[in-house]
Amino acid sequence: MPPIVLYLYVNVKYAPQAQRHEFEDTMFELSQDHEDLRALVRDFAEREVAPNIAKWDAAAYFPTDLVPKMGDLGLFGLVVPEELGGTAGEGGSDFTSLCVAIEELGRVDQSIGITLSAGVGLGINPILTYGNDEQKQRFLPDLVAGRALAGFGLTEPDGGSDAAASRTRATLEGDEWVINGSKAFITNSGTEITSVVTVTARTGTNADGSPQLSAILIPAGTPGLTVEPAYHKLGWHVSDTHGLSFDNCRVPAANLLGEPGQGFKQFLKTLDDGRIAISALALGCARACLELATDHAKTRVAFGRPIGANQGVSFQLADVEVMVEASRALTYKAAWLKDEHQAGRRSVGEVKQAAAVAKLYSTEAAVAATRIATQVFGGNGFMEEYPVARFYRDAKILEIGEGTSEIQRMVIARGLGLPA
Amino acid sequence: MNIVVCVKYVPDAQAERTFDSSDNTTDRANVDGLLSELDEYAVEEALQIVEAGEGEVTVLTVGPASAADAIKKSLQMGAHRGVHVDDDAIHGSDAIATSLVLAEAIKKIGADNPVDLVVTGMASTDGAMGVVPTMLAERLGLPAVTLASELEVDGGSATIRRDGDTSTQSITATLPALVSVTDQINEPRYPSFKGIMAAKKKPVEHWSLADLGVDASQVGLDAAWTRVETFTARPPRSQGEIVNDEGDGGQKLAAFLGEHKFV
Repeated sequence: MPPIVLYLYVNVKYAPQAQRHEFEDTMFELSQDHEDLRALVRDFAEREVAPNIAKWDAAAYFPTDLVPKMGDLGLFGLVVPEELGGTAGEGGSDFTSLCVAIEELGRVDQSIGITLSAGVGLGINPILTYGNDEQKQRFLPDLVAGRALAGFGLTEPDGGSDAAASRTRATLEGDEWVINGSKAFITNSGTEITSVVTVTARTGTNADGSPQLSAILIPAGTPGLTVEPAYHKLGWHVSDTHGLSFDNCRVPAANLLGEPGQGFKQFLKTLDDGRIAISALALGCARACLELATDHAKTRVAFGRPIGANQGVSFQLADVEVMVEASRALTYKAAWLKDEHQAGRRSVGEVKQAAAVAKLYSTEAAVAATRIATQVFGGNGFMEEYPVARFYRDAKILEIGEGTSEIQRMVIARGLGLPA
Repeated sequence: MNIVVCVKYVPDAQAERTFDSSDNTTDRANVDGLLSELDEYAVEEALQIVEAGEGEVTVLTVGPASAADAIKKSLQMGAHRGVHVDDDAIHGSDAIATSLVLAEAIKKIGADNPVDLVVTGMASTDGAMGVVPTMLAERLGLPAVTLASELEVDGGSATIRRDGDTSTQSITATLPALVSVTDQINEPRYPSFKGIMAAKKKPVEHWSLADLGVDASQVGLDAAWTRVETFTARPPRSQGEIVNDEGDGGQKLAAFLGEHKFV
């Protein structure tokens, strides 16, 4: 199969003034390495996930055994350097390849896709980016191998999009942090193999009165950390999501991740990467809908002909095809910019804007695609035996997690130089 | 231990497979192909043997340019090197000619470093004849132990377990030998990203019939002992019969089964 080549000639008007490149030609492509990885992940997803997913979803069962298998494939190590067990920098091992893997897993099941996305983006990334050598050595090898998962505790029950309004506090007492408060909707935080959760907490007040946030590593099983029962969610049933509460939870002072007071900056950067990953997940969702609904429209006969012969159906599927293509272009452009930024060739502002653009478009397109696909399946589309029903339930959270659509529009508008 | 695994690139069984109407051979051009799933077991078994001891696994395929993907996948799984025999004259070859080409290639592979073990799948997933392993053993003058659901290589011999309908047999052959394996023998691994990267650096030799000293007249459609004369697509499945249960559903069901000689 030839590599998919995406040639995008864009007049980059969305970039903030300072980074604008007028009439700039941008060309990027997925390499053969990316396509080889895609083939591998697709095969894995179809053999290991597809036959089991309906059962797992109905039981809201988190398939712990699948995680080390994903680790064996190397999926958790794509952005991790070799000395910590990963492959970063080797051939096509980069952020783009992670997006390819998320897209392909997401095409078969969104929960499995988010398990990888959060496992790397929220679990591994903060430790990799801000951790000191000892913290990296302690946690990363197991996380990269898929022997463990890590969570990222940012959102609070009263916080949501206003992430800076953190009520969780951490106070330094002697050589220990004492943490009190709670977190909500934390992915991968309560699995049997969760080893650590990175938690943001107020550690003081800045000169301007705003809360000073820091990130602290809290190993699973630390006394005072309570993992609340799993949420009953509309979708993503197979993804592990819990609330966390901290009641005089004590960890060594050395568990501070990165610089004190830099927690806010650190998680904002984490979220930028996460947005591109969610865009890839949404792309997988839209592709699944396109494939499933197109097959159905070709084979389901009503009134003596396949329902796809009706323009009422075929035009909607044509629209989904456009959504998939646009979503693919935006996702991989953002991923490419992120890799280019990593190599020092693109600014963080460009990545931020592209990530928000991709996330906003792809997730809203995915929701629209699931609505159309379910409609094409008619009554069957409402039945859990048909995957489109699961995708329909799973898609909505894409418009909410890692920054709502409203937040994306805010980011994009600011990127245009509009007053905040 | 020098092991050669014979692999085949076949049309994806998930796709719509058909014949090429021009010469009634399998259509390989218009359908996605892949490493035959039954051959994955052979590759896996060979890898396990060398990983437990030492040695090298060479994957050998005979097929058109696209068959390189079967070698690539095997190398990604961990095989050490590949040999691809590709020659236009081979198109349309039957099992007899295929076994000839494979045998000559294995002789050439073993010219410098004698081959201890040849491992194959139990059959291809396209032709599904399952005769090539024994033909190949015959041509190479090797003992053939086929349909192994367990394989143990120990010093100078290979012992297999073969599960039959009425008995389980343990069969030992002296090396060098040919072993064909079933889909019960192991759980083939997935390649890893590291494997994908490593595979790019592994050597693959490309040989023509001339390189093997095989005359083009011995292979291909014209030399085939059998050929597909005609083919007809199976008619699409007709709609089933719906029996409404009006208290006599069981009787109607029994009558249906009896009428169609199911019971």
